[in-house]
Amino acid sequence: MSMMKNFMTWIDDRYPATKVWNEHLAQYYAPKNFNFWYFMGSLALLVLVIQILTGVWLAMNYKPDAELAFGSVEYIMRDVDWGWLIRYMHSTGASAFFVVIYLHMFRGLMYGSYRKPRELLWIIGVIIYLAMMATAFFGYLLPWGQMSYWGAQVIVNLFSAVPVIGPDLGVWVRGDYVISDATLNRFFALHFLLPFILAALVFIHIVALHKVGSNNPDGVEIKKGPKGNRWSDKAPADGIPFHPYYTVKDIAGVAGFLFIFAAVVFFAPEMGGYFIEHPNFEPANPLKTPEHIAPVWYFTPFYAILRAVPSIAGSAFPGVVAMFASILIMFFMPWLDRSPVKSIRYKGMLYKVMLWVFVVNFILLGYLGTQPTTDLYKLLAQIGTIYYFAFFLLMPIYSKMDNTKPVPERVTE
Amino acid sequence: MSADGVDLKKRRTLTLATSAVGAVGAGFVIYPFLAAWAPSEKAKAAGAPVEADIGKLEAGQLMRVKWRGKPVWIVHRTDKNLTDLPSLDGVLADPNSDDTGQQPDYCKNPTRAVNDKYLVAVGICTHLGCSPTYRPEVAPEDLGADWKGGFFCPCHGSRFDLAGRVYAGVPAPKNLEIPPYQYLSETKIMVGADGGSSS
Repeated sequence: MSMMKNFMTWIDDRYPATKVWNEHLAQYYAPKNFNFWYFMGSLALLVLVIQILTGVWLAMNYKPDAELAFGSVEYIMRDVDWGWLIRYMHSTGASAFFVVIYLHMFRGLMYGSYRKPRELLWIIGVIIYLAMMATAFFGYLLPWGQMSYWGAQVIVNLFSAVPVIGPDLGVWVRGDYVISDATLNRFFALHFLLPFILAALVFIHIVALHKVGSNNPDGVEIKKGPKGNRWSDKAPADGIPFHPYYTVKDIAGVAGFLFIFAAVVFFAPEMGGYFIEHPNFEPANPLKTPEHIAPVWYFTPFYAILRAVPSIAGSAFPGVVAMFASILIMFFMPWLDRSPVKSIRYKGMLYKVMLWVFVVNFILLGYLGTQPTTDLYKLLAQIGTIYYFAFFLLMPIYSKMDNTKPVPERVTE
Repeated sequence: MSADGVDLKKRRTLTLATSAVGAVGAGFVIYPFLAAWAPSEKAKAAGAPVEADIGKLEAGQLMRVKWRGKPVWIVHRTDKNLTDLPSLDGVLADPNSDDTGQQPDYCKNPTRAVNDKYLVAVGICTHLGCSPTYRPEVAPEDLGADWKGGFFCPCHGSRFDLAGRVYAGVPAPKNLEIPPYQYLSETKIMVGADGGSSS
């Protein structure tokens, strides 16, 4: 025992192992009233690990070459031992990543986790979300199926819609006049690089979280409350050590998540064409666009916004601007919400209705983004787009008007 | 270390100058990394002209050739198609092909072609780059009674007539691009080169 102690002393004199362990786990006091929604952060971390691990293994057999890419994916599926499992874990993992992140973001919206002093924490989170979208987009080209090809074609052409520099920008991104081998090769390099940047951003996200402390379903700052709990006189009375309390809770979350994840991987890896789209079982053909093009489900709300905006003065640029604005507007959340309370538990009916309609609207836009355009769907998408922006832009007004309830001094059980 | 006799002003100037020189150096270093994303010499060379034999193309048929990796359509228009074209002028965004960037000068005419019979156009929608579907039938159920044949983009619903002219009020902002081309003989077209007829 003393040998172990001596060893740790030797380490701690040279590297702050025990200090980091205590500061971030054993003596990091998180609010004691975390609920279901607080699983999502740790699950996102788990999925990131799954994606990096399976991704590196896929890269051992994948060939980023326009002639070979499609075949190498089929080779992984049929001939590489367990290759099908690794690939389905990766493709399902991509969708799972967005599922848990959307729930994680919704948690933030519900409990006001973006409010002071967590503005920067939220902003770093939005940057992570953007990096995830970029990673997913680059990755989707790699199987070199019809949907990979034409999806990338449409998205890269968004850059070509930028006035003046657009066409040159599109050629620069592709490295060719059309999506080609050069594009595939560089997208593979970027798809490999970005997860590591993502991991670094997640590290920064957690550093920011541990600086300000976790929010909780009551939106009460436990650091401002009374001090002293079973473990320390100075720690917040409503805090419990992250380890072992939340590590154990999160393991329960992981078990539940893996049940569902495994069920999808084994029984519905294509998820009826939502996780892996049907045209992607056909190799990319630059001369023929599939009858109907739709991005993967996690991009479709934004795609619906893109299509909803009509082109103005012969330029598709306004739609592109609207689509990017719909994501970038999230950066301003901390300053748009003027409510005196953080958590939805103490907000009034007005905010609750606005938020739930926002959720329904987001899902509706997501559905419309998967469908071909008809006059009715286009009108619905336009209404949805207007509501999407109204939710954010009118927030300073309705969050202030709202009838809030009094917030308790301490967190509730 | 003593700070006596340290000229802070000079130190600040030197720090600034060093940083500036460093930033310029960093700028120079970034350039090759950005420039490496441009099309390689190989990609540029692949833009060579291609020949197409239209001898067997029946009236109403469409053939595709690949030029610079893009689909180029050659459509043999029927006489009915040609007489229908002017009747559509009212519903088009640019019926007279006034956007000079979308066709060579010798194709700025009512049929947007060198020889009225054959349409040669880049089969890439000017909206977001999908390849529209050839829909030569008249008044199909999904496209409406006024449809006189043309191209329909499955991605975002843009419509073009059989001269590649875009309908007004669809997502695509411009007419389909007409590539430079020339007739080598009655039945042979070279796409991508026009012998200098336009620059």
